[in-house]
Formats: sequence, structure tokens, C-alpha cells
Amino acid sequence: MSDKNMLNRAVKDSFIKLNPKTQAGNPVMLLVYISAILTSILWVISLFGIGDASSGYTLAIALILWLTVLFANFAEAIAEGRGKAQADSLRAAKKEVDAHKIPSVTEKEKIQIVPSVSLKKGELVIVKAGEQIPADGEVVDGAASVDESAITGESAPVIRESGGDRSAVTGGTTVLSDWIVVEVTSEAGKSFLDQMIAMVEGASRKKTPNEIALQIFLVALSIIFILVTMSLYTYSLFSANQAGIDNPTSITTLVALLVCLAPTTIGALLSAIGIAGMSRLNQANVLAMSGRAIEAAGDVDILMLDKTGTITLGNRQADAFFPVDGISEKELADAAQLSSLADETPEGRSVVILAKEKFGIRERQLSDKNMVFIPFTAATRMSGVDFDGNEIRKGAAESMQQYVESAGQIYSKKCDEIVKQIASKGGTPLVVTKNHKVMGVIYLKDIIKDGVQEKFADLRKMGIKTIMITGDNPLTAAAIAAEAGVDDFLAEATPEGKLEMIRDFQTKGHLVAMTGDGTNDAPALAQADVAVAMNSGTQAAKEAGNMVDLDSSPTKLIDIVRIGKQLLMTRGSLTTFSIANDLAKYFAIIPALFIGLYPGLAALNIMGLRSPQSAVLSAIIYNALVIIALVPLALKGVKYREVSAGKLLSGNLLVYGLGGIITPFIFIKIIDMLLGVIGVA
Amino acid sequence: MGLIVQYVLYMVLLVILAIPLGKYISKVMNGEKVWLSKVIRPCEKGIYKVLRVKEDEEMNWKRYLGSVLLFSGFGLLVLFLLQMLQGHLFGNPQHVGGMSWDLSLNTAISFITNTNWQAYSGESQLSYLSQALGLTVQNFVSAGTGMAVLFALIRGFMRVKEKGIGNFWTDLTRSVLYVLIPLALIESVFLVSQGVTQSPNAAESVKLVEPVAVDTEGNIIEDAVIEDNQVRVNGVLLEDAQVVTEEVVPLGFAASQVAIKQLGTNGGGYYGVNSAHPLENPTWWSNLIEMLSILLIPASLCFSFGRSIKDKKQGKAVFLAMFIVLAVALGSVAVAEQTAPTVLTENQMLDTGTTDQAGGNMEGKESRFGIAASSTWGVFTTAASNGSVNSMHDSFTPLGGMVVMLLMQLGEVIFGGVGCGLYGMLAFAILTVFIAGLMVGRTPEYLGKKIEPYEMKWAVLVCLATPIAILVGSGIAAALPGITDSLNNTGAHGFSEMLYAFSSASGNNGSAFAGFGADTVFLNLSLGACMLFARFVPIVGILAIAGNMVQKKKIARTAGTLSTSNGMFVFLLIFVVLLIGALSFFPALALGPLAEFFS
Repeated sequence: MSDKNMLNRAVKDSFIKLNPKTQAGNPVMLLVYISAILTSILWVISLFGIGDASSGYTLAIALILWLTVLFANFAEAIAEGRGKAQADSLRAAKKEVDAHKIPSVTEKEKIQIVPSVSLKKGELVIVKAGEQIPADGEVVDGAASVDESAITGESAPVIRESGGDRSAVTGGTTVLSDWIVVEVTSEAGKSFLDQMIAMVEGASRKKTPNEIALQIFLVALSIIFILVTMSLYTYSLFSANQAGIDNPTSITTLVALLVCLAPTTIGALLSAIGIAGMSRLNQANVLAMSGRAIEAAGDVDILMLDKTGTITLGNRQADAFFPVDGISEKELADAAQLSSLADETPEGRSVVILAKEKFGIRERQLSDKNMVFIPFTAATRMSGVDFDGNEIRKGAAESMQQYVESAGQIYSKKCDEIVKQIASKGGTPLVVTKNHKVMGVIYLKDIIKDGVQEKFADLRKMGIKTIMITGDNPLTAAAIAAEAGVDDFLAEATPEGKLEMIRDFQTKGHLVAMTGDGTNDAPALAQADVAVAMNSGTQAAKEAGNMVDLDSSPTKLIDIVRIGKQLLMTRGSLTTFSIANDLAKYFAIIPALFIGLYPGLAALNIMGLRSPQSAVLSAIIYNALVIIALVPLALKGVKYREVSAGKLLSGNLLVYGLGGIITPFIFIKIIDMLLGVIGVA
Repeated sequence: MGLIVQYVLYMVLLVILAIPLGKYISKVMNGEKVWLSKVIRPCEKGIYKVLRVKEDEEMNWKRYLGSVLLFSGFGLLVLFLLQMLQGHLFGNPQHVGGMSWDLSLNTAISFITNTNWQAYSGESQLSYLSQALGLTVQNFVSAGTGMAVLFALIRGFMRVKEKGIGNFWTDLTRSVLYVLIPLALIESVFLVSQGVTQSPNAAESVKLVEPVAVDTEGNIIEDAVIEDNQVRVNGVLLEDAQVVTEEVVPLGFAASQVAIKQLGTNGGGYYGVNSAHPLENPTWWSNLIEMLSILLIPASLCFSFGRSIKDKKQGKAVFLAMFIVLAVALGSVAVAEQTAPTVLTENQMLDTGTTDQAGGNMEGKESRFGIAASSTWGVFTTAASNGSVNSMHDSFTPLGGMVVMLLMQLGEVIFGGVGCGLYGMLAFAILTVFIAGLMVGRTPEYLGKKIEPYEMKWAVLVCLATPIAILVGSGIAAALPGITDSLNNTGAHGFSEMLYAFSSASGNNGSAFAGFGADTVFLNLSLGACMLFARFVPIVGILAIAGNMVQKKKIARTAGTLSTSNGMFVFLLIFVVLLIGALSFFPALALGPLAEFFS
């Protein structure tokens, strides 16, 4: 949807939101709303000559108050705009399709066609190339490439297969090739897509605890100002009686004063700020299950980052071959290449390439009948090939030692040394064997991403500790941790280890954020304060987390923290600005109001406003316009820098505190002069 | 120059005394051993035995609050009845009659709320029994209650994932036995040495050095010549004039009550004109001690707070915020009073240019104290919610009067009352971290505890209780035609008198702009309501916060945590306190002192 359309929609929504029910949700604006109604009534009455102020003046105040309400509505509507647009396109994806229900995995032919909405949890459907997946679920059989662009916006297809950590599929996405059998995990109306629509649209947006706390503060201020204006009426009555003149304050003026003083700026922008924060998160392709999660992200002081993809480039690369026990380097390279031929991981490819580069060993045909490839399994923790009666294997040092020794062969000391040496450099050693005899070690080098050191140093300045999570052994982990500049690491990480670490930090009073994708990550995700599940991950992981990263990018956590902090900073800064504004408004209105009673008070009219009526009008016009002026800031968020709390505070205080005191003095004066030019009051 | 030294001396002495006392109080309230334990501990145990208090039994916040309310309510009832029935009771050598119900209610509220607003005059409307058994007892226990509630809050910050916030009866007993009684004992002995009365006898008559002539209304006739009981002015015989040869010297247990009224931020004078009375505050020395004891305990509690939460910097920061506002207030009042163009100078009748001439505004000030000691007292007594006076605030210059009024309107958090000043300030600290915490991109926390809607709800009520009471009270009063009868002046100053009365009651201060006739049914009741509201709403709030905080875990401190002990926070805290005060009272002050000043 174009910007113009969005704007039109927002303007329309501003009027729709005049519904009292909508207004009741925001107490500060409700006060303005009631004030607008009250002054409108006063205007109607004044037409009949009853009232304490001129009808033109009352009408002007009433109109400006209505505008103030509309501006606040507009701020919220425009913030919702982007989400609504996104929700519209998501809804388009969520059409009803025919689901091909099957009774069991073994009876794929017994297809029963049912509407997708009637699917129940636990039922099985088969989805073939070109068909849309009818509901959220787990792949229980088969593998397929799936186009998830409807949800992630990413056009490259992804692989979804049974078993492992890439088994979750989302209703509304499309199978491009092959087929999969999906076990339905959510019923119609509660699917991921439904949740997503509700979230981006803000329909299920609940006020966060922090928003509620702030609102309590704003309501309390409003109550004080109601009392201030009400008591001012009797004070003024008292003083006027003493001086023997008429009460100089009209109800209209007092209502205007009340609206000026009430924290309307932040009151009007509060929900827009919250929606905009959510929307910024959506733009980063992260879906938060609650607004609370975003705020928690601002509080996080421990980031548990997966090494791979966040700190190091995902792919380790073979860097050298270290032969042992009289084997030549070339022999080792040859064996290593053979064992890696079927290994499609980047690491595997790099072994093949290194062997080719160093010794010109050409790739052999995969289709060679004599080759039997042995894939990596969690049980054996090794992979390899059986070729011409030779058994070639490669794997992590520990499992290979066991494999060698169990066959009665010797795991040489030399090999052990090389393994340790590589590990201490932060590399990953892979031991290669031929017929249970150690040939040597492949040095897989971990490559640290550019700029991560600076990133972590910045985070440290903000008081955020980074913990590297890796399956590597402690030696390797320590070396990489030192190079990348993380504060701590968890080596040989297991799901239980992660969970324990999170609990440990939490009891020490820290808030922990982590990402995870596998089912075994679910307990840790559930425990963490901010838990980002990869969209590519399992259903269990997604349910345990409080955010889903549609890009499945491990670096996302840092962006999420930034967005969380920015949201809170924007809220605080605009509150400060709003309250700081009151000073100038007092100086505009109070002297103007009582100059007739105590001429000496003219000394307080430091802005030199022309007349009491003009002073009140200028202040209240400023009050309305400042809402519109701050909408872009509320949507974009205040400037975010990675510096310490003290610096952030003084910076924001200078801009929004001091700025908040000075700005209204200038603009109220300008508006007063403009009113003079056009001849009002 | 000498004057500035005098002001600085007062402030420095205060700090020097407050630091060690703060440590002592913290030890006492935490149940640690102190050097007085040997003597007092047996008494303390005895009290627990008689009252059947289990010393270490923890109370959750509701039970703690229940005990506070029960205790204060009981005190209110006893005092109310005692004053009404004092005419029929013993200990009444002056044969003072019973109080009217509304005045008695007002006075009872005034003393249980640590306000000591005095719509009565002590020497003529209270029996010795009422003074000693009623008022003096409340002077101790109302201050002790404040201290107890403060320490309940401190425990809320200190403890992690617990339910109990201490035991009210233990806290009260300890604060009275270990802190208030010893200090009051020392001070009253000293005051007696300076000539403050302490006697069970009825008032005595003393022959005047020189007889004075008065007219039929009791006013002294100036330039009268008295011969043979005949009064002549400029040779003309005045038939109606009377000659007075004796004065009545009111006696009673003044020293003991004066000591605790100063120490416990009570302020209720033994005599009507409070510490301006020569028998209540005779010398420069008695004045110095009485003045310092106004702020002594409230100031030392800041240090107790720091020590108790095991982070002395936090206590210092809060102290500094209070101290800076106090210093600025003192500076402004001093300048306003010292340089005031009095009517005398305007009429060229007084030359303030010479060094020996004090100059400035001496109206309403005792010449034995002078401007410096009077201004300092005025600021101290309104900064703390004490309310005792040694000069008439009514006669301060408009700006001087505005500053002392504003100090009360801020909610009595610039040191404030014993205990309640600091817990009020800590509520302001919660508001401050809320705004400031957001600006650093975190949900706010104070002393490691998260500030959530529950804390926020009560914190704003604690902070706004005083403004609400003042605005509602004075707003209603201003609308009533009858209020003008109570005023001594008209126009802006008359308005100030009324505003001051409600500020004083709602700040639990108790001082008054002289001349304000407060003993009417409406004022007795409305001011009484203000006092109750401003005292007990914050107590409920603070205990609720303590009860919720105590259950929370403590958040670890990192570089991303907002520091609540650096200069920036001190500045912000001051700013928030002043902002809330200014936003609430700018219009009112504009119509009172400011209008007077600019006219």
C-alpha cells in the first residue's frame, strides 16, 4: 500500500476513533475529549448569551480541543497503518484450501479431501508440489522445498524435512517440489498466521506493564491538574471578592488551561510509540508474541549467542592437513577428500577444495559403484565412505579415539597433540582414519565475522554481557571467545547446560536473551527472559520462545535489544518533553489570567503575550500542534547510541528535558504573534 | 561576613552531628548491639514481655499497616477524650476546662499525625496532664511510627524474595527507647540549664520591674507617665487606663516537651508563641540546640538508610539532594529577609547602611535571635515537618514567606518529618528513576528492584498526597464566604495566610502564618482531614510498596543500569521534587506571595 493510501486511511481512522469506547482506553486523551465536549456545550449555551466568555473565544477553544483529540487519534492510526497493510497481505495468504487428509503415514493413497478449516490437531495431511500447506504442523515424513515468502518476505525456498530441526511448516506457505506429510499442530483460527496477523495489526495488543505504570503516572498528573484548575477557580473567586471585582477566570479558560497542563503530548503518542516499536520489530522480520517481550529486550543484560553464524561465519574452512604416524600429507588429503565427497556441508566442501588446491586431487565420481557413503549420525558422530574395501572415516577427536581404540588400534600421542594444538588456536580438528588407523588431522578454521569485536565492545559499554554458546570443546571455545571479544562462553553446550546457565544468571539478577531452533532448546527458551525462536526451527521451539525470527538469523538478537531499548527511550524522552512543556504554558497563561487582578503579575509575562485570550489560544494551539510535530519521532524512535546509561541519560535529558522547557516558549510566542497578524484577540 | 559564617556554621554542625547518629540509628533498627544496649536492652525486653510482643516475629505489609493504624487510632481516641475531659481530671492546677469537640479532634489528629498544628494556646487551653500524658507521649510515638515505617520500606529494598518487612511493635519500641528518649533527655537537661521551665506548680505572679499602663482593651499605652495609680499622657489624665504591676509566669513541664517537639519534628509549642517565647527558648544557646535538633534525626536517617541497604552512596545521594534544596531555600530566605526594604527604610527613618545596624526585616523576629537565626529556623522548621517557630512567618517578606510555604508544599521531603520525610523522598526517587530509567532504554528499577505498575500506583499517591490535600482543602475554603473571618489581612496576603494553613496541615508541619484564626468548626475539621490524609495515605502507600518490593528479586547492576548515587541523579531528584511542587502550586503562589511581591 502506498504512503498516500496509508495517510488517507489514517485520517479516516482518526475520525472513527472518536468513538467514546476507543477514547476510554486512554485516560489522558479522554480528559481532552470530555473537555472538547464541555467547551462545545459552553459554546452552544453562549450563543444564547449565557456564559462567562465570548462565544467566538469559546468556539475557538472547542475547535482546537477537537483538533487535539483528532491529532492524537491520527498518531495512533498512522502507527497502526503499516501493520494493517502487512496484515492485509498476510490475510491474502490465508485463504481456505482443500487439505488432503490421510489416515496414516503408511496409507498415503487414502486421500480424503477436506476444507483446511476443519483440520484438527494431530491429523495428517499430505502436501505435494504446487500445493499450499493447509495448516501449521510438523513434517513427519518426506522432504520438500517450501516457499515461505508469504510470511518471511524471503523468496529463496527453504528445505523442510522430517526429523531434525527443520521440520516445522507454516500454514499458508507453498510446497515447491517433492512432497511432505504434515501432522497438524494448530487448529484453524489459532495458527501462526492468525497470530501474526493479530500481532502486526495490533488487534491483540495489550498494554505492557511499563505502559500501564507510565499511564498511572500520567493519570496522577492529570488528576493533580484537575485539582489545580478547580482550586484556581475558587482562589480566583476569593481574590476577586477581596478586590471587589468580577471573577477574571472563565470556565472555558480553565478547561483550556487544564488541557494544556495535562500530559497530552505523551498521552497522545503513548500508544503510537508502542505500536511503532512493534512495527519496527516486524520490519526486522521478528514477530514478538507480546509487547512485554520487546520491553524485556531493552532490559536484557546477558546475550547468549550461538557461535556459528553470529560470531563466526557459519562455515568453518579446512585450512591444513596434519598427517601422523608416517602417513604423507598427500595420502591424508586423498583420504580426507574421499570421506568428504558426499558431505554437502560447507565444511565438507572446503575439505574437498583444499585437497584439490594443494595436491591437485580431482573429485571422483559420486556415482562410483564401489563407494558407499556413511552419513553423519548423532550416534556414531562420524561420517565417511567405504571404498574399494577400505573404511575411511572422519570425525571429532573424541569419537574417533573411541572408534580407533575399540578396534584395538593405537590412537597416537602425536595425533592427540596436534588435536590439542588446533583446538587451542580456535580451530576444529577432524581426525581422519583409514581402516581404523589414524592418518592425520584436518584443521578446520573458524573465521570470526568482521566487526564483531567492536559490536561486543559497544554492548559491553551498555552493560550487556555476551556469552558465546558452542558445541566446541573448551579449548577451541576459549580461543574463539578471546578473539571475538565475548565476555564468556559455554563450551560443549548441551540443552541442559544452557538451561542451567540461564537459571544461574537469573538468580544473580540478570535478564537473559537467547536464540534457539531445536526442540531440545525449548526448555532453555522457555526459561530465558527474551527467547527468539528461529522460524526454521521446530514447533516446540517456536512455542517456547516469545519471539520468532522469520529470517532465522542468529545475529537478530542484537537488533532486538536495540529496538527494545529504543522503544523505552522514546517513551521516556517524550514523557520528559511533555512535562517540561508545562513550565512555559504556566508562564503563558497564569500572568495573563490575573493581570487584571494584580497588575504586578505582568512581570511574570516574560513572553510578552498580547492579551489573556491570545495567551490561552497560543498555548492550546501549541499543545495541539506539538502532537503532530512529534508523530515522526514517535514512529521512528529517538536516536539510539551504544553508550553507557549515564551518557544516554544526560544526552536525552539535554535534548528532551531542556529542549522541552525552551521549545514552547519560542513557539507560543510565535503563535501569539501570528494570531496578532491575522487579527485574533 | 559574620552572617554568612553563622549560616554556614548551622549547616556544618548539622552534618557533623547527623553522620554518627545515622550510623547509630541504623544499628538500633537492625537490631545490632549499641553502647546503650546494656542499659536499655532489659527495659526493651520488659516491654515486649508486658505487651506480649514476639520480638522477631515478622509481619507482612498488611499486618504491619494494621498495627500502625490500630496504634494511631488508639492514640487518637485517648487524646481526643483526654482533652475533652481534662477539666474533670487531676494534674490540672490551672483549672483549665475541657476542649470543644472539634478543637479536641483537630488537636488529637494534629498530634498523632506528627503535625502539631495548634489551633489552641497551650498555656490557657491544656492541663498539665493533657500536655504531659497526651501531647508529649504522642510527640514520641508519632515520630517513632514514622521511623518504623521508614525501616519497613528499607527492608523492602534490602530483602530478596521474602514476605516480612519487620515487626511494627519492635520497630516502634526501639526507635523510642534507643533514639528519641536518650536524645530528648540530654536536650531537656540542657534546656533546663538555659532557663526553660520544668515545674509541676501552677503559674506564678511576679512583680513587674516597672508598672505599665493599659487601656480597657488591654493594649499598652505608649508614652504613659504613671504616678499614684494615675496615668497621664502628655499631661492629660486618662480615666479609663489601668495600671498593671504584676505579670503571670506560666509554668509546667516545658523543657521535656520542648526537647521532643524539636527532635521528633513535632513542633507543638508548650506556649502559644512556641519557641519565640522566652521561657521556651531563652538564650542563643538554647536556640542553637533547639534549631539543630529540628533537622538532626531526619538528616541522620539518610545515612542510616545508606548503611542499612549496604550502599552508603545511595544514602549520601538522597541526603545531598535534600541538603542542596535546604541550602538554596535558606539562601533565598536569608537574602529576602536580610535585604528587605522595610517600611522603616522606605520612610528614611532607618539607615541600613551602617555596619552596626542589622537592617533587613526584623518585623516578627525576636531581637535576641536576629535575622540569621530566625531565617534559619524558619527554613529548618518548614523543611522538616516540624512547625515550631522562633519568629512569625506571617511577617516574613513575601518571597521569604513563599519559600517556607513551598518547602511544606513540596510534600515535606526536604528532610521532612522523622522517617516520613525520607520515605516521602524515596517515593520521589521512585518517580525519578521511572522517567530517567526509561530514557536509558530500560524498564525502571530502584536499588535493584523493578518499578512496576503496583509500585508506581502507590508512589504517585505518596508523592501527591500533600498537593491533593492542599489543593482540595484550600480550594474549598476559598469558596466559603466565612473564611475571611479567620484572616488577619486582606488581599494577596490574606490569601497566603489561608494557603499557608492548608499547606502546613497537609505537610504535617504545624506552623502557621500568625493571625490566622484556626479555631472554627470548619477549619478544625477540614485541616484535621488534611492532616489525616497527608499522613496516612503515604503510610499505606509506603508499606504497600515495601510489601511488594520485598518479594521481588534483585536485578544485577551493570553499566547499563541507571546510577542512583551520582550527581546526575541528585540533580534529577531535586528537579522532579521541584517540578511536581511548582506544577501544583504555581497558580496558588502567583495569587498569594508572588502577587504581593510584585505589587
